[in-house]
Amino acid sequence: MNVLATGGRTSLWVSLGAVVLAVGAYLSLAVGVVPIPLSDMLSPDERQWMLLSQVRIPRLVAVLLSGAALAVAGLIMQRVTQNSFVSPSTSGTVEAAVLGILVATLLVPGISLLGKMVVAIVVAVAGTMIFLQLLQRIRHRDPIVVALVGLMYGGVLSAITVFIAYQRDLLQLLEIWTTGSFSAVMSGQYEPLYAVLAVGVLGYVFADRFTVVGMGREFATNLGVSYLRILYTALIILSVMTAVVVVVVGAIPFLGLIVPNVVSMFMGDHVRRTLPVTALAGAGFVLLCDVIGRTVRFPYEIPVATIAGVLGAGVFVWLILRAARRPGATR
Amino acid sequence: MIDIKSVSHSYFDGAPKVLDDVAIDFPPGQVTALVGANGAGKSTLLSAMSRLLVPGSGQVLLDGVDVTKAAPTVVAKRMAVLRQDNRISARLSVVDLVRFGRFPYSSGRLSPECHEIVERALEYVDMTPMRDCFLDELSGGQRQRAFIAMVLAQDTDYILLDEPLNNLDMRHAAAIMQLLRRAADDLGRTVILVLHDINVAASYCDRIVAMRDGRVVIDGSPDEVMRAEVLSEVFGMQIPVHRVSGQLLAMHWAPLPAPALQAV
Amino acid sequence: MTAVSDRASEILGLHPATGTSVTERERLRSIRRTAVILGLLCAGFAAAYLLWDVKGSWSYALDLRSRQLASLVVVGAAVGASSLVFQTIAGSRILTPGVMGFDSLYVLIQTVIVSVLGPSALQLMGVPERFILNTALLAGFGLLLFRWLFRAHSRNLFVLVLVGIVVGSFFTSLATFASRMLSPDDYLTLQTVLFASFTTVDVQLLGVTAAVAVLGMAALVPLLRRLDVVDLGKDAATGLGLDYHRIVTITLVVVTVLVATSTALVGPMLFLGLLVANLARQIVPTHRHTVLVPVAGAVGVLATVGGQFLVTHVFALNTTLSVVVNLVGGLYFLYLLLKAVRL
Repeated sequence: MNVLATGGRTSLWVSLGAVVLAVGAYLSLAVGVVPIPLSDMLSPDERQWMLLSQVRIPRLVAVLLSGAALAVAGLIMQRVTQNSFVSPSTSGTVEAAVLGILVATLLVPGISLLGKMVVAIVVAVAGTMIFLQLLQRIRHRDPIVVALVGLMYGGVLSAITVFIAYQRDLLQLLEIWTTGSFSAVMSGQYEPLYAVLAVGVLGYVFADRFTVVGMGREFATNLGVSYLRILYTALIILSVMTAVVVVVVGAIPFLGLIVPNVVSMFMGDHVRRTLPVTALAGAGFVLLCDVIGRTVRFPYEIPVATIAGVLGAGVFVWLILRAARRPGATR
Repeated sequence: MIDIKSVSHSYFDGAPKVLDDVAIDFPPGQVTALVGANGAGKSTLLSAMSRLLVPGSGQVLLDGVDVTKAAPTVVAKRMAVLRQDNRISARLSVVDLVRFGRFPYSSGRLSPECHEIVERALEYVDMTPMRDCFLDELSGGQRQRAFIAMVLAQDTDYILLDEPLNNLDMRHAAAIMQLLRRAADDLGRTVILVLHDINVAASYCDRIVAMRDGRVVIDGSPDEVMRAEVLSEVFGMQIPVHRVSGQLLAMHWAPLPAPALQAV
Repeated sequence: MTAVSDRASEILGLHPATGTSVTERERLRSIRRTAVILGLLCAGFAAAYLLWDVKGSWSYALDLRSRQLASLVVVGAAVGASSLVFQTIAGSRILTPGVMGFDSLYVLIQTVIVSVLGPSALQLMGVPERFILNTALLAGFGLLLFRWLFRAHSRNLFVLVLVGIVVGSFFTSLATFASRMLSPDDYLTLQTVLFASFTTVDVQLLGVTAAVAVLGMAALVPLLRRLDVVDLGKDAATGLGLDYHRIVTITLVVVTVLVATSTALVGPMLFLGLLVANLARQIVPTHRHTVLVPVAGAVGVLATVGGQFLVTHVFALNTTLSVVVNLVGGLYFLYLLLKAVRL
């Protein structure tokens, strides 16, 4: 298979994805209590422009960025651990970020969005580090076992969070944070998500080094890659991405797990090539969920997390069964 | 009599056959060994015979009745089977385990006669002093003997054992083989065992069935099977066979070099 | 063949009729002692639950508390018995109906019924009929799900657990989705139908679930000795003449019925069964289900009644039983998992 052919295949996928995204984006902007047809979208009147600029466009941007962020975070985690079932939702990262928000709110009532983000990032980093330590101690490197341990660890963190929230009567707020929804996104609220772009570029630059780190400490040192520094960089990048999304939007389950896995099924594992596609695919998946959530029971809205939970869980089960069927997999 | 009629089996569609059109029978009162290399199909055949496995095609008849169709308890009273992998997680003592052997008769409620049979079985395998120890406290060999006792307590005409001598030290391995020999000679029981040591088979068994790649390669007396050319076909090794003190001995630990490759 | 030597018989102290040795009899005595202590603890906590720190009208408090106590007892016993028995047929100490997503399935079925039949139809049905319908559907689907999983992956414990957890999450999301599809009025009806509020227990529901739970546990009784054999593994059980498939199926149906009763009363209790079943096996070192199942039931009652007592009086209701159970149970589950993968 010559390089041109692979390059050609990649750009085929990318262009296909772009088309799908464009259609989805249009729908996202057009659909709503006040429908805006395509003709008006290109030259909107004042009222329509208000709606577009204050609500619809921010919402679209938030959707795309969140999807891309979580998908890329998942990809980075999988590269660094060499394990296909590690993701922000199966490593306690999301749950740690939520705990961080709770802690921030308790310590400084009325804390700003930025403050919440910072605390969430710190707690997410700590939580994920604990998970990586757990990984070191278990004998099985089997993705299924790792996902299981990660889910349970996340469950324990979540139980602690609920426990505290219950004590301080913050349960309803907790519910809002943990159910990812874009309904409250509007101009002035969602800007932190742009941080994801900067971090994402960083992730792309470091992508190959993440793969090297995934091969182990000795391997990395042998190749002149500073193991700890790159590991922590990965940790911070994925924690920032996860925490920012959780703070602005809430938790969207399974996204970081299924999107990178499905993309690598079609495109292989070469990170430089798959990272942009994964980002697009993640954005597309969340866009799909968002559009479904807004149209299926119009004019009411079903949160993205619920739709993603249904679709994501289904795909996850399929991935699990596929992984288990491989000979030599879990005993 | 156990009659195996054209039994074939593969683990999933398209996989190589692990049993390939096997057709033999086991008349009562004999001790028969199933031998062969790993993967030859011996354990699978034993499983099919004891209805633990339903073969893809073919039939296994126990005294004329299809083993998979007969009532489970009826079969259990006529045939007992011991598999190779026995891992029990329950909190069982040795005597608890052996008592299970009476289940087909008692359904859990044991009569004084059952108790006597259980204690006798424990004595046969020399486990009476350890009867109240829990299985996870025992060595591999002691556990193995406990399982053999359970099979003995089941008191059946047909006894099927898959590598029963695994983990046993020499003394106990010899004792078990002598016990099985007596069961056949004195009580008319039919014993079919999978053995990996061909010499044990030759010493104790009336008949040896050798398998390779799911097929029966040879079925005969120890004298007929314990020959270099036969063993080389079964095991793929050049094994020298000698007669020592009237016993046939295959020196499988010191095989002869394989014939030199022909130059192209 | 010789009979057991008299000397050996004398040393072991073998009893002629029961065939038990001195050691065995001592162990039985110890188990009996444990059972008695357990019974006393249950009675003690039950009494405490009813009588401790009553403020205001005694008759009102007793009426309310006795209903709560009754539902706690039903839940505890049903969860304990069903989880222990499920572990036996599943062949693992890590699996329980909760972990496999059975209770989430119950919630989903409830939601789908409301969506499909509409709230008015549901209100015409009495509480008992609704419960029976839910339970029947749960038994049907649960059986299919379980059989499919086990057929495909009978040796693969971790796959089962992971799929169970993800499927449970899937059911919960699907239930949320279905509930959001309802109109706001229907949604409100669903909320009232979904779970009895624990603080004000619907007497009808309590009556039905208690009756069904008792029936379910009675149905287990003839199976108990055969479950001892199932515990030996599929091959050994088949070799001993057990109709393995039939026993497992019947047991599974009973388990789903018991799960339905507890979920109908208090909702999904993810890890309660895991904690209770494993604790029961720790405190009575026996393989006999005629002992294990009642003990698991008693431990379950102790967990729910004792737990709720602690939540009410020690934590001053600043949390719920399910939160505490999930926290403790989640940690325990993680511990079990790590133990299993480290060895």
